[in-house]
Amino acid sequence: MSILIDEKSRVVVQGITGRDGAFHSRAMKAYGTNLVAGVTPGKAGERVDQVPVYNTVADAVRETGADTSVVYVPPAFAKDAILEAAYAGVRLVVAITEGIPALSMVEVLQTLNRLGTRLVGPNCPGLISPGKCKVGIMPGEIHKQGPVGVVSRSGTLTYEMVYQLTKTGIGQSTCIGIGGDPIIGTNFIDVLSLFEADPETKAVVMIGEIGGSAEEEAAEFVKSKMSKPVVGFIAGQTAPPGKRMGHAGAIISGGSGTAAEKIKALSAAGIPVAKIPSEVGPLMKEALGL
Amino acid sequence: MNIHEYQAKEIFRNAGIPVPEGTVATTVEQVRDIAARFGTRVVVKAQVHTGGRGKAGGVKLAHNPEEAAGLAEKILGMEIKGHVVRKVLVTPAVDISHEYYLGVVLDRAAGRPLVMVSREGGIDIEEVAKTNPGAILREHFDPSTGLYPFQARQLAYGIEPEPHFAKQIASILIKLCRCFAQVDGSLAEINPLIRTPGGEMIAIDAKINLDDSALFHHHDLEAMRDSSAESANEAAAREMGLSYIKLDGAIGCVVNGAGLAMATMDLVKHFGGSPANFLDIGGSSSPDKVITAIRIITEDQNVKVILFNIFGGITRCDDVANGLIRALSATKVKLPIVARLTGTNEEEARQILGSVEGLTPAETMDEAVQRAVELAR
Repeated sequence: MSILIDEKSRVVVQGITGRDGAFHSRAMKAYGTNLVAGVTPGKAGERVDQVPVYNTVADAVRETGADTSVVYVPPAFAKDAILEAAYAGVRLVVAITEGIPALSMVEVLQTLNRLGTRLVGPNCPGLISPGKCKVGIMPGEIHKQGPVGVVSRSGTLTYEMVYQLTKTGIGQSTCIGIGGDPIIGTNFIDVLSLFEADPETKAVVMIGEIGGSAEEEAAEFVKSKMSKPVVGFIAGQTAPPGKRMGHAGAIISGGSGTAAEKIKALSAAGIPVAKIPSEVGPLMKEALGL
Repeated sequence: MNIHEYQAKEIFRNAGIPVPEGTVATTVEQVRDIAARFGTRVVVKAQVHTGGRGKAGGVKLAHNPEEAAGLAEKILGMEIKGHVVRKVLVTPAVDISHEYYLGVVLDRAAGRPLVMVSREGGIDIEEVAKTNPGAILREHFDPSTGLYPFQARQLAYGIEPEPHFAKQIASILIKLCRCFAQVDGSLAEINPLIRTPGGEMIAIDAKINLDDSALFHHHDLEAMRDSSAESANEAAAREMGLSYIKLDGAIGCVVNGAGLAMATMDLVKHFGGSPANFLDIGGSSSPDKVITAIRIITEDQNVKVILFNIFGGITRCDDVANGLIRALSATKVKLPIVARLTGTNEEEARQILGSVEGLTPAETMDEAVQRAVELAR
């Protein structure tokens, strides 16, 4: 088992003929993802690495039975692309695109909630169930199948953590980057509850960063609702207040959203927090009783 | 993006929110002329992208044009929390019977905009939220429909029982929320909204922060950017699609991804060094981005060593390596470089960087940071 995606997922790539879309479509296919279709308006009939391209997501779904979409289209068209996938009946939409306006996402999420479509992202690396399916931009080869779920607001920092886990000999059930924007489709608590219910997942690594209060809310959830051990890490201890640290959501405003507050909340919920990334492997070994 | 009070007031005025007249000035003479034209008491207000202007002495009342000029002399050029005052707003003074607070923010946890009001204005709303949360009334709204009139009435009558006043507040609230949605705001605030002795409501202060990601929809608002308020390097980075924040340390960091960039800074501190900057070269990086990054970092005189920490996903390590090679030949970098490139196309990157002089390769993040900290000593 794994969560949200596995070998049965039928994946359609929106923006498959763009530079990043084409590059990562090949990488996903090479990893073994069941990549059934691509979409770029006006390019129906073309193929990218043997994958058929359609003009619309609706066509792709009708012709190939795609149930999972990954969005690589530029910010100005991303809102429409996500809505298109949801209206076409796709069950899970993964939005890699960075730079979608926050209020556009408010509108998108209201529609997706009504249609019952789950969104991961935007501004995220996507997700991977090692050995089964990769939907996103992470380097597949650093992952290894195993018992640890990984959830993170970051992209590359997630790879760093996964790399360390794999080197320590600890594999992963599913790794999810939920995105660095203030308004995202799937939050820590959504993912933690999926991991709690997944029999293959025995423990979870949760990687947070400055800004907002999602980590504090997640800590409360872990304390009251989770039986599986969680290990944490928070980035941004040296971040100055009032400055947006790359991610639209990573900002300490009005003195709240600091790393210190989040570490305190995690510790208070009984979650061991790694001081530096390379401590995550050893802490996870301890949590798994290895 | 932050804009100035006078710009926010212009947006409010166009939205039908009552704001006082006012004119911006950059010289003492202009301030004297503007004050003379108003022919009444005026307030001279520093226009900087930070709060606490009043406490810092950046907002002053003048009884006549000469006094206004004298105040402008002091305020122009003054530094408030690291921001140099280059513009002042000159605006007629109004008599105040009462001050209210009205504000709109994006509530991240709820995934919707939130409007907040308080009977007491001119306050630090975050402080009140902590010490006396009951004093703030709140309503979420949908940006596409705006604040419903009944919500506006609930909030307005909640802070002002007098119908004549409450009606005006409700109307302003609806306009404020519409304005927030129209400009793709991340904050829109009137602090304070004042009631004059004549019973009129006026927004005597105005603050709007804009969502950077939405600026492609709003060229008129992008034109309000005050580039004098950001450093030349920050502007150069932004134009290249990099995100750069200068700090005070000696280790120049070039990282892909915001989370890893923060974690790298934290690790530098952990191993006893100090980061010179936050720098995220972003996803799908081109060699040009790396060249810009190196140029920006080497312009910082405090930097003693450059640390690359790249974990390839959408960023390809070979792109970064090529950029590094081109930057080294174009800019004659003399500083030692520690480079750790892992992930997508790392093998190609290793070959490209194989024989570069003055470059220390590292396998892990811990090793790279420790090497950089040693070299900076």
